[in-house]
Formats: sequence, C-alpha cells, structure tokens
Amino acid sequence: MRLKESPSQTAGPYVHIGATPNFCGIEGIYKEDPGKRMVDAKTKGSRIVATGRVLDGTGTPIKDAMVEIWQADAAGLYPGKGDERGTADPHFAGWGRQAVDGATGLFRFETIKPGAVPFADGRMMAPHISFWIVARGINLGLHTRMYFADEAVANDADPVLARIEPPDRRATLIAPASSLGVYTFDIRLQGDNETVFLDV
Amino acid sequence: MSDDGSFYQRDLAWHPPKLTPAYKSSVLRSPRRAPLSLPNTLSEMTGPVFGHDNLGSKDNDLILNFAQGGEPIGPRILIQGRVLDQDARPVPGALIEIWQANAGGRYRHKRDGYLAPLDPNFGGCGRTITDQAGQYTFRTIRPGPYPWPNGVNDWRPAHVHFSVFGHAFAQRLITQMYFEGDPLIWQCPIVGGIPDRAGIEQLTARLDREATLPMDAMVYRFDIVLRGRRSTPFENRKDGN
Repeated sequence: MRLKESPSQTAGPYVHIGATPNFCGIEGIYKEDPGKRMVDAKTKGSRIVATGRVLDGTGTPIKDAMVEIWQADAAGLYPGKGDERGTADPHFAGWGRQAVDGATGLFRFETIKPGAVPFADGRMMAPHISFWIVARGINLGLHTRMYFADEAVANDADPVLARIEPPDRRATLIAPASSLGVYTFDIRLQGDNETVFLDV
Repeated sequence: MSDDGSFYQRDLAWHPPKLTPAYKSSVLRSPRRAPLSLPNTLSEMTGPVFGHDNLGSKDNDLILNFAQGGEPIGPRILIQGRVLDQDARPVPGALIEIWQANAGGRYRHKRDGYLAPLDPNFGGCGRTITDQAGQYTFRTIRPGPYPWPNGVNDWRPAHVHFSVFGHAFAQRLITQMYFEGDPLIWQCPIVGGIPDRAGIEQLTARLDREATLPMDAMVYRFDIVLRGRRSTPFENRKDGN
C-alpha cells in the first residue's frame, strides 16, 4: 500500500526565518539566502527580470509571501536532477527564491529567458518559468507558470495554455514585457482575473 | 505512461483545503477556481540539487548556530527522522529547512510582537540534507506554544516548520511538526484544516525514549513522506544514477 504524502501546512507569517534568514535580519547563520542569485557573469542567454506581486481577494498585495521559481536554461535544459537530454549551463542555477518586499509586495528575480521544453507528448511548450507561492493563509503551496507576452506564436501552440478554459483565462499566465527585458507577472489569488493555478 | 517517472497525482483531499474559514487568513488568500490538472512535464519532474558544500557545519544545530557566548534556554531535543516517498523508498539528498519560535513561543521576526522575550542565543532556523538512507537530524530546543491573532484567544500548539525539497519541483512541500501529547494540537484551526485525523497524527512527532541521550537531550522522531513516482527507465540501468 502506498503511503500518504505528509499533509501540507501553511508557511505562516515567519517563513522568512527559515527560508531567507538574512532578509529578515538573522545574519551569520547562512552566508547568503538560498536561491538569491540565479545567474553569474558567464551565464548564457538574454538577461531578464521577472517581477510582480501576489494579490489577495481584495486586490491588495500580500506583504509576507515567499515565491520560488524553477526554469530551464537558455537552451531549454534543466539544471539539477531529472533532465537526461543533456547538460545544462553550469553557470545557471535554474532555481530562485525571493521574499516579497515588506512594503510593496513586489518580488524580483534576475534571471535569463528560458528555452523551450517539450510537453509529455513531445510537442514543444512555449518558454515559461514555473512558480510556487507560499504565505500565511495559503494551506498548500500554489503552483503556476509565467509565460512571455513576446512569444505569441509559441504561446498559441503551447499545449498547457491550450487546456485552459475559458480561453480568456490564459492571459492570467502571460506576463507583458514592460521595458527592456522586464516582465511583470501579477498573481491574483481570487477575483475575476484569478490566476490559473496548476495541479502538477 | 507507466514507467515514465511521473509523479502520482497529489491527493488533494489529504491536504487542508484551500479555504478553511476557521483559519481566517485563508479567506482572502484561497483561490476559488479548480486548479488545472496536467500530466507531469520536465518542468515539474526536475528539480535543483543541493550539495553539502552549500551547508555550514552548524546549520543543523540550532543550539549553537546563533549562540552569542551562551546557549539558548529551553528543553534540549533532537529531531530525527527519514524522508521517504510514497513507496517507502528513502529520499537521499533532500534539503530540509526548519524554523521555529524560542522556548517562550517568540519568533526572531520584526512582525512578532508577543510578550515573551527574544532569546539572545537563539536564531530559530536550521537546515540539513538527508543521507543515503534518507535520514536527517536537527538539534534544537523545544519551542513554546504562543497566542496568535485569529480568534481572541487562539494558541498555536508547539511546532517546528519544515520546508522540504525532494528530487523534483512537483514534490515541493512545506508543513509543520507537532509534539506528541500536546492538547493544543486538537484545538488549532490551522491543524484542524487537515481533513483526516490520521493526517494530523502523521505530523505529530513521537518521543523516542530509546534514542534519548542520557543527561542531555530528548529525541523526537518525525518521518516525512513526499510524493512518489512511477519508476523510470533509468532505474533499470546497471550503473544507475
């Protein structure tokens, strides 16, 4: 008989202590908060910034959320474990973690634009970044994805976006490019434009 | 699709639902629509690797890792356990991060204004990586229970927060560990969101009397189960990986 997964519990308001201790003033235990830097000077690919807020049911930015992202390198290969197709860029971490800003609620990841990765059936998915959001009041971490507005042709052919009904909800996953390489991805937990979350 | 390494679908009925009104913070922070179910892709079946070179020697010792010339006040404990998948296979190389209040129930966080004082020798965070058998150990002090603004007189049972990375982004999990015998477990709206009593028991660490360190520390056992996966073709290779 299969074991049951350990039940989730909220990350609570003090997630920073464990996840980003330096961010919340607990210095000297970890040299640097995990996931803080995703790229270095030698990372291949075009530099981008993924920024945005997590908005509650009143449209108010949440100030105590923690956001993690996971993405392929510029060639579409995943670092770390599980991608047997090739060796990813050793100068790219793939994983990032940021606490949202305590005043504005903004998260900000400095990364590179990922390459395309295949879907389960071999068709290519449009370039995207996987997001995972936890906070006080969120009982089970929320998975979603950010796609890029300037990849319209690839987005139209994306097998995950194609599953979203009604189709106008697809726009909740597509981040507009605001200026040079800055993509804004606001995540709405409720409301008419509630973000599409994924049961992955 | 039977041997592609994809993960068993998450049993959402085993986890607290998104909306648990007795835990008031969930009301405005719970998505209302059904999540979109997807077959696993590489985007979920892959995940970052954490090596021991990322860790410092005291990272899993909360008694020493923030000590400023003394040691923190409180009952000395070890928390030991294994990280397993749903097929009871050990998960080696899993990163576990924990955080907790001090023995008085106070967090070292600017948003925590509870009356109980900070402990100058206690930071409240630690991390480790599981060994080949999926085992881990932390040394810490037992956290205190504390009141929190939900109802006018709600108290959290003593607990330690756990964040776990297995081998894939699909396995990402944050949960909390409670202590056997604490009556507050059964009164807590956050715990109470877990639908099944057996799920609550699964998050309750047991006193391991046999492992107790004489004249030093009590030992609590806490095993964590991450999502399991169908076997992959790679597992059949002789040299493995």
